[in-house]
Amino acid sequence: MTLYKNGSFVHDSWITIHEGEEISPAGHVIAPLSWWQAERQAFAESHVPIGIRVEPGATIDDFIADLPRFALIALVIPKFQDGRAYSTARLLRERHGFKGELRAIGEVLIDQIQPMLRCGFDAFEISDPVTQAALEAGRIPGVTHFYQPGVNEAPQAGARPWLRQV
Amino acid sequence: MYRYDEFDAAFVADRLNQFSDQVQRRLSGELTEEQFRIHRLMNGVYLQLHAYMLRIAIPYGTLSPRQLRKLAHIARRYDKGFGHFTTRQNIQFNWPALKDIPAILGELASVEMHAIQTSGNCIRNVTADHFAGAAADEIEDPRPYAEILRQWSSIHPEFTYLPRKFKLALSGSPHDRAAIQVHDIGYQLVKNDKGDTGFAVFVGGGLGRTPMVGHKIRDFLAPQDLLAYTQAIVRVYNLEGRRDNKYKARIKILVHEKGFEAMREAVEAEFAADKNELLALPQSEIDRISAYFAPPDLEERPAQSQALTARRASDPAFGAFADTNVAKHRQPGYGLLTISLKPIGGIPGDATAEQMELVAELAETFGHDEIRVSHEQNLVLPHVALDDLPAIYDALAAQGLATANAGLISDIISCPGMDYCSLATARSIPVAQRISERFADGPRAKEIGAMKIKISGCINACGHHHVGHIGILGLERKGVETYQLTLGGSADEGCKLGDITGPGFSYEDVVDAIETVVDTYVGLRTSADEDFLRAYRRVGMAPFKKALYERDSGSDI
Repeated sequence: MTLYKNGSFVHDSWITIHEGEEISPAGHVIAPLSWWQAERQAFAESHVPIGIRVEPGATIDDFIADLPRFALIALVIPKFQDGRAYSTARLLRERHGFKGELRAIGEVLIDQIQPMLRCGFDAFEISDPVTQAALEAGRIPGVTHFYQPGVNEAPQAGARPWLRQV
Repeated sequence: MYRYDEFDAAFVADRLNQFSDQVQRRLSGELTEEQFRIHRLMNGVYLQLHAYMLRIAIPYGTLSPRQLRKLAHIARRYDKGFGHFTTRQNIQFNWPALKDIPAILGELASVEMHAIQTSGNCIRNVTADHFAGAAADEIEDPRPYAEILRQWSSIHPEFTYLPRKFKLALSGSPHDRAAIQVHDIGYQLVKNDKGDTGFAVFVGGGLGRTPMVGHKIRDFLAPQDLLAYTQAIVRVYNLEGRRDNKYKARIKILVHEKGFEAMREAVEAEFAADKNELLALPQSEIDRISAYFAPPDLEERPAQSQALTARRASDPAFGAFADTNVAKHRQPGYGLLTISLKPIGGIPGDATAEQMELVAELAETFGHDEIRVSHEQNLVLPHVALDDLPAIYDALAAQGLATANAGLISDIISCPGMDYCSLATARSIPVAQRISERFADGPRAKEIGAMKIKISGCINACGHHHVGHIGILGLERKGVETYQLTLGGSADEGCKLGDITGPGFSYEDVVDAIETVVDTYVGLRTSADEDFLRAYRRVGMAPFKKALYERDSGSDI
């Protein structure tokens, strides 16, 4: 497993914990949303960086009130054909102004990297060797002309007016 | 009609490069078949019973002669000399080689066409009334909005991996010729109390295994909110639609299970939350796109055509053609000409390369360079002077295209069925051919009057049988084909699903059963003005059931 972020492979400074595991007091852990919901009071006074892992069935309303508390949100892609996280990512970035790391985990494949970037993901956990090799070679297949607004993209010359950014 | 600008052309070229790269990666083994499948589908490439099939988009059914000639060329060079027009304003080629597909897509790009999103779990080819921009009853041409939706939905980063396919259709007239209420979203142009034009919006219609008529989710949507509201619907669906069972994954199931009122609230809440963000459609952009669809400059003509009247007097076959295949144009002296792709005993929707070239030529000579493809699998010349009809008729007749059956009993919609499709459980094309031969396009067909027969060869309902005045569903029971009949369905503004008559009929008996239904109707109608649908809605199923099932009761017990 490697972490691809902002155009290169980087060291992953976060630790993923699973249900029932103890959390490090230093933070920098990605914990299940259910863990956060159970433990949030204990961290009321703490400022350690917290990341949560959100399964695709969860809705944003389950955690949006605590959004400023999260430095990282990992959205689970159970199968590459499952597009729910794309909407969640756009909502987090565009509507709720989430500025932390938005990480795609699960079945992350090379042909989905471009649309995920355009929906606001900035980090990807890679376990597929073909995807790993393509990213190492700097090859992200996709198109270069877009009819829709992308997160943090400047409008292109000749693009449609409904692409304009606020 | 719409012309690509540099941006559109570059986009299609981009997409072709992307797909060619995916084909290469599949051939080299970098992509597994499962991983590749989704990409080939989103570029219109299916694996059928005998070969690959390529489905090409004809957005909102509008074609130029140059484009139709290119389709003829593709049919001749890469296929067996014909193409098949579908119920969603696409054309399918059933025999291309996979290795040729990038070349075909390149040929299409040269005439501003593509196969993008003609399949896959994404927003499909946007369809519209095939009489748009010409019909006498039209409020406004829906095609500029359809084009805007086409652009916005092309390779949408958020909506490329939806739970299931997603179909949009638009109608600009109160009389719905685009079957919008059996689409995932249907848009009906309307005027509000203030006289402003906007959309009534329907959501959650669809056929398939679980047919549903759409719910009206909005009485009036301002045109500048078209994209934002569509985004709200598709976003709610993308987040909440079922992904555990592909047969329960369409938005109609979400609307049904969530409840329409809850769905409406969710969509309105999402729309309200998004309202101040990016997607407002500027009037200047609506105007810019609308300019492409400006109606042709039609020379003034007398409302009554002497040429037509004279020919009609001397040629009853021409008269029948003019009666059935010409619809009312908004400009006097002109008509909307339906060119039937339902020759008696032929395959519904098929056209040869030569036929396509003839229609292209007629559109250039007589039709202001426009051709339409209807969801009823016919072609249309939308702006024809009535004075020119005799010449057009003669040219069509020479190529076997003058069948006078538009809207009559032999104007049948049929899916490809077991002759091509790997999903089919029964033959459908041969049933259509036999019905067509039984009733033909002569005086008997005319006496029966307006009648829509729709045939599907499996429960996926590609032939729209649920909304046929008479619907036929081919199933397989213990290795034998059986055909279930439904009566009283309709896909227009009075959209309704048909009722099942009872036990099915064998392949041999199904045409007799149709004839029984037809004879029963003719026997009980109040006059020739009461068409089948109205008669059925008046008398209900009972007389038809009696005629179908009690006639021979006891005889073979």
